[in-house]
Amino acid sequence: MLASLIIVFREVLEAGLIVGIVLAATRGVVRRGVWVGLGIAGGVIGACLVAAFAGALADLFDGSGQELFNAAVLGVAVLMLTWHNVWMASHGREMAAEMRAVGQEVQAGRRTLAALALVVGVAVLREGSEVVLFLYGVIAAGGTTAAGVAAGVGLGIAAGALVSGLLYFGLLAIPVRHFFRATTGLITLLAAGLASQAVAFLEQGGYADAWSTPLWNSNAALPEDGILGRVLHTLVGYTDQPTGMQLTAYLAVVAVILLLMRAVSGGQPRRAAAG
Amino acid sequence: MTARRRMAWAGLVLALAAPPVLADGPARIEVELKDHVFTPSTIEVPAGQRVEILVRNRDGTAEEFDSTALKVEKVIAGGGEGVVRLHPLDPGEYPFIGEYHSDTAKGVVVAK
Repeated sequence: MLASLIIVFREVLEAGLIVGIVLAATRGVVRRGVWVGLGIAGGVIGACLVAAFAGALADLFDGSGQELFNAAVLGVAVLMLTWHNVWMASHGREMAAEMRAVGQEVQAGRRTLAALALVVGVAVLREGSEVVLFLYGVIAAGGTTAAGVAAGVGLGIAAGALVSGLLYFGLLAIPVRHFFRATTGLITLLAAGLASQAVAFLEQGGYADAWSTPLWNSNAALPEDGILGRVLHTLVGYTDQPTGMQLTAYLAVVAVILLLMRAVSGGQPRRAAAG
Repeated sequence: MTARRRMAWAGLVLALAAPPVLADGPARIEVELKDHVFTPSTIEVPAGQRVEILVRNRDGTAEEFDSTALKVEKVIAGGGEGVVRLHPLDPGEYPFIGEYHSDTAKGVVVAK
């Protein structure tokens, strides 16, 4: 039971933190629950498919199919998050103004809801497929009782959801005038972190050999497989041994997002920050 | 998704899928996983060189070869095999586990 609790908690937490950020970023947008729900449901279905075809997937591309697949879905998530931020930069001002009017429908954020739902789907798919493979192994092996496994899974989901919920409500507590900036910043770092993970998979698959020696090792100070390390890994892409290529990709994504946001908001009439 | 964007994606996937060029391929070491135990569990590799570990999973269920020290996480299907590519390592010990059976499936890569 303990093993299933730990693994399920870990994976639910990693996907849940991303769901928490997306829910915060879409605060006040109508029907966001439906879209996020669709993202989660699609991710669960995708996770089962990936798990069922894990062997076939791994054998593609000279044994690097899994790495390429992971890099590709992470790449999709990076593009969607980038688009969200850029779109919000060009329309966010009206949205921030409307959000303060209680009960008023906020239309602006709807456009990027599908993109963010896809990000949720990707997160659930990646973490979920590991849970499915693990649980399949546990069940196939027999031994542990079904009740024990079910208890572990239930507690793992509850604990992962609890921590993700804390993040979400913590973000909601940010005052409105800083809120947009905070979620934009979080999404930028999330996108950069996912890009750096995508690079790690390309390196693991043998597709990116340049600058592939780790730049430093901060495992002793903040281990990546500890709880705080994992949370930071998911949220801002922390890794205790980043390679030069990972760091380059990380910084490049941050720079591109900021430059694009500046470019699209440049033509807009500037309004004093709403207080 | 527009047709043009789809084309761009297809191009990107193809570009990524081109097999990597390996001059004198890296040394390959074989490891077997059976009853959730790695054999050998201590893998000696030359430091400073690229090395590949071929993991053959003789169990019926999938395992995830996982090591933050080695920067590797790779699912190996039940009855399948997978290649774990290591970047050039500094001399030292790098533990790894099979994440789904971490009480028995564990080992260490020793770079000399």
